[in-house]
Amino acid sequence: MADEFLLKVYVAAAVLMMVGMALLLVRLIAGPALYDRALAVNSFGTKVVLFLCLFSLMNGRQDGVDIAILYALMNFIATVAILKFFRYRGLTGPMTSLPGSSKFDRLREARRQKEAS
Amino acid sequence: MAADNTHSAPANPVDIPWDAVLEWGLALASTGLIVSGAIFVLAGALGVLRMPDFFTRMHAAGMTDTLGAEFILLGLMLQAGFSQMTLKLLLVAFFLFLTSPTATHAIANAALKSGLKPQLGPYKAPELSEIEGKTPSEGAH
Repeated sequence: MADEFLLKVYVAAAVLMMVGMALLLVRLIAGPALYDRALAVNSFGTKVVLFLCLFSLMNGRQDGVDIAILYALMNFIATVAILKFFRYRGLTGPMTSLPGSSKFDRLREARRQKEAS
Repeated sequence: MAADNTHSAPANPVDIPWDAVLEWGLALASTGLIVSGAIFVLAGALGVLRMPDFFTRMHAAGMTDTLGAEFILLGLMLQAGFSQMTLKLLLVAFFLFLTSPTATHAIANAALKSGLKPQLGPYKAPELSEIEGKTPSEGAH
């Protein structure tokens, strides 16, 4: 009895999650800036994780939650990788700040000028 | 014997089915958590779609996603009971709690460093004549 009621609750929450995913897809396609799209992808990933958890408890299976753990971690790494790629146009740059503005860059530049003079 | 018992100490007038009470209590608690979490998540998605500026959109997504995800996972944990599933859901909740604000902060930092300016001052809705003739990607900013 309570299980049937909870099944309806799970289905309702999953439907709400899918509506939210559809709204985020609109922002993902129409987003004017790159960062709007990165934000939409990140938020979409969070909703996918929640949907997977709901789905696996709906079916009483454990596999979906394992995938959700992996998805949560990969979503974060993917977001940071996208941002880093579009800032440095590569994935091997420094992570501290913009090139030229960090302390190490300024020290290196000062040393180069000293050697040149 | 039975008649004597009822005469001296009356039995329970209502026999409370504690198992069913516990089951329904848990079900209602997790229903409240899951539904409120889903509403938070939906509000976040609506905010991402409707807010006028990138930084306000980011606020809507970052705040509500964290709270809504924790609510939904807590509600699911109540249903999973003491099992391996609860441990996994706890791991998901922990990772989301750590990574969601961090990713939002990273996006905001990258946008600010790249020169995207936040809209300051009160929001003024664009006139209908300004919107007409523009593509949606231009009108949304």
